[in-house]
Amino acid sequence: MKELLLGKLDGNALPHEWFTIAGSISFILLVIITALIITRLKRWKWLWNDWLTSVDPKKIGIMYFFVSGFMLIRGGLDAIMLWLQQALSSGSSQGYLSADHYQQIFTAHGNIMVFFVAMGFIFGLINYIVPLQIGARDLASPFLNTLGFWLFVAGVVMVNMFFLFGGEYAATGWLAVAPLSGKEFSPGVGVDYWIWSLQISGIGTTLGAINFIMTILKMRAPGMTLWKMPMFTWGSLCSMIMAVTVFPLLTATLFLVFFDRYLGTHFFTTLGGGDPMMYTNLIWMWGHPEVYILMLPAFGVFSEVVSTFSRKAIASYTSNVLGMIGVSVLALSVWLHHFFTMGAGANVNAFFGVMTMIIAIPTSVLVFTWIATMYKGRIRFDTPMLWFLGFVVIFAIGGIAGVMLAVPPVDFQLHNSLFLVAHFHSMVIGGVLFGIFCAITYWFPKFTGLKLNERIGRYAFWCWMIGFCMSFIPMYILGMLGATRRLDHYDASTGWQPFFVLMLIGGIIIAIGVALQLAQILASFIQKNRLRDTTGDPWNGRTLEWATASPPQFYNFTVIPHITTRDAFWEKKHHKLPKPAYEDIHMPKNTAAGIYISIFAFLVGFGFVWEIIWLVAVSIIGIIVVFVVRGFNEHPEYTITAAEVQQLEETRARKDLAVSRPEKHDDTDEDMGLWQLIGIVFGFAKDVIRNKRWRKW
Amino acid sequence: MVTNHETAHMVDHEAEANDRVMFGFWVYLMTDLLMFAVLFAVYAVLHGKTLGGESGRELFSLPLALTGTLILLTSSFTCGIGMIAARGGKKNLTLLWFGVTFILGLAFLGLELYEFTELIHEGHTLRSNAFLSSFFVLVGTHGLHITSGLLWMAITLVYVIRRGLNSHLVRKLALLSLFWHFLDIVWIFIFTIVYLKAFV
Repeated sequence: MKELLLGKLDGNALPHEWFTIAGSISFILLVIITALIITRLKRWKWLWNDWLTSVDPKKIGIMYFFVSGFMLIRGGLDAIMLWLQQALSSGSSQGYLSADHYQQIFTAHGNIMVFFVAMGFIFGLINYIVPLQIGARDLASPFLNTLGFWLFVAGVVMVNMFFLFGGEYAATGWLAVAPLSGKEFSPGVGVDYWIWSLQISGIGTTLGAINFIMTILKMRAPGMTLWKMPMFTWGSLCSMIMAVTVFPLLTATLFLVFFDRYLGTHFFTTLGGGDPMMYTNLIWMWGHPEVYILMLPAFGVFSEVVSTFSRKAIASYTSNVLGMIGVSVLALSVWLHHFFTMGAGANVNAFFGVMTMIIAIPTSVLVFTWIATMYKGRIRFDTPMLWFLGFVVIFAIGGIAGVMLAVPPVDFQLHNSLFLVAHFHSMVIGGVLFGIFCAITYWFPKFTGLKLNERIGRYAFWCWMIGFCMSFIPMYILGMLGATRRLDHYDASTGWQPFFVLMLIGGIIIAIGVALQLAQILASFIQKNRLRDTTGDPWNGRTLEWATASPPQFYNFTVIPHITTRDAFWEKKHHKLPKPAYEDIHMPKNTAAGIYISIFAFLVGFGFVWEIIWLVAVSIIGIIVVFVVRGFNEHPEYTITAAEVQQLEETRARKDLAVSRPEKHDDTDEDMGLWQLIGIVFGFAKDVIRNKRWRKW
Repeated sequence: MVTNHETAHMVDHEAEANDRVMFGFWVYLMTDLLMFAVLFAVYAVLHGKTLGGESGRELFSLPLALTGTLILLTSSFTCGIGMIAARGGKKNLTLLWFGVTFILGLAFLGLELYEFTELIHEGHTLRSNAFLSSFFVLVGTHGLHITSGLLWMAITLVYVIRRGLNSHLVRKLALLSLFWHFLDIVWIFIFTIVYLKAFV
């Protein structure tokens, strides 16, 4: 009976190790505190109506940022724990983590950073910026978009669920190689959590990608041909096309792993005729393009930023776009370079080695267009530009390391060494993460209506840059010296410990950088009057998103613009804008269906992890019911009449006028410094304590 | 005059939405096709791994598979006729032809389940060997798609009975028929690669 009701779930599953107890307590406390604050401020209704059920891609974008930012800190803590273990665990010292726990941490670190940080931020950016850049009011299917977001959240919850139930995450590496991930070698629930968190969020990604392809191809403003699209939109389009190409492979592969574990099939097992190397092939057919799915929107961001801050159109728009298309096409035919050592034979390895080296060509084309854009430009070194320059340096180092790894004989030496780990961190941190930071700094005025504090932003950038070099350049060297990846202990005679200590110090500097980024956002909100952007165009931008107010109205554009050139807004700024003729606007209604479906999807996953079959059955029925109710709702839209639009616009204009500053500060040095911020925070805390202000709350 | 203009505006808006949904559904079908591609590739790799057990030639019944194929092909035809009726706004004809499609789909599913239970009765389960794992999962995934197609069809038809053939439901039927033809095409590949090839 108990088995029927609860499956494998019992008292043993509750947390009883220090890290699961600590994790559970902190997550539960976080939820309770958030809930208390919201209740106290009476904001539940606001939260539900204005945010959670919203189908506005701008709000969904912001929610993606919140979730991913939170996960960045969570995954970053994992990284620090790994580095600390490696710095301590030399010779007779075994460090402070057990080997098994260490393996779980690096698995979780990889999954969280790729799926829930990088993917989340990229999807958030695409959500917010793409509709604005192409002159659309919403997405092709607002419902699919909220569904994709909430499935992503369900995946986030699932990946952290092991703290509360089960106490173990997969200890298999982020791709759960077979046959290690089979029932035989990983009997616990860790791999099951891995399967379902990736499966649920992966399906969300596929749906989101379909939606963005529809949006970009079908909803561009009149006159905007493909060859007039902004470069970020191009990068997003390439990325989303790759996502719909490879995410189905992930979905299918995960189902096969699931069948191996639950039904006892023989796809990737060592017994019964299964083929573990087939798993490696399938997962990397998805896994390699996945990296480019993250990278291409970041390329787009850099293209936008470098042209805006050089005050010049991008050098050779055509090469830039062709470069991105070239990367996307080639990225689909290089997956085998992840396992040259499989023994596929010289010819197969040679083919994939050559393809991998060829991919450096379109990538270099991109880098050269950026550098050529800066040439003879009037460059402004605001923080977005700093992130871009940092990216070029790290990306070049990582890229050269990548070309080295593409040579099969070299790869046989460096396979699964720390050299490889340093290489892909250069690409993912230097490329993707710096791209995300660059984008957030660049578009922050669009998101919130205020520019970010430049001064603290510069500190944060330098912490990241120095911390990165301190952690990863020793890692390249260690890899060359023969240190393998996923190493939780090494012999003292190797003499590696100083390098590992250096890496830990670098990691701490990066952590300070993250703290400074949070401080930067806080300082910007404290000085919001100074930093407010009332023009909608704080950087003298070139593309259409800067034609809207900051932050834009929920319908984005009062009047859909007609496009005649690239850099549409730049051209328009030099002509007089026509007076808007207001018209009726159709907007999608809010819906909670995405939330309900995701809750049920989560329960399906949870039910499968713990083998609670009734829960799975009920939840699947739940999903179907919500889909039917939503799918046959014939009125998902409402209309705002022209008169209402006019009223909204005029209210907005009055409000903007009231807060606009008399004179414009262009010198960034007046931004609040770090010490000033600390002083303010300290003063605030003192005030709260001395005057017993908490009683009022 | 104003109302005319507004109606035209609404019709435009709806036509655009239709166009987008159609396109998006095509993209979805392509992603589904890629999932099947993985399963086909897996079958291609594993179909020889019978571990000394019986191969497809001994296990499959060609007449059964051929009957299933013919039923499914016919259902695609009736689905097409149903769609013509739906676009013509003929509610009863639509219900009739989609009803026939539903029954044929159900028959196909019944045959497949019969085949599966027979195999399992004889001790050939998806645990037996890699060949049978890949066979059951490939054909079973198609069967699962047919099941969800039937469910979708049943629900849509209930709505057609209740609401009549409005543009929203005609669009739903159009998507459904695309899905149905898609499954038909996938089945032709399954029939060729799994069943016919076993007897070559």
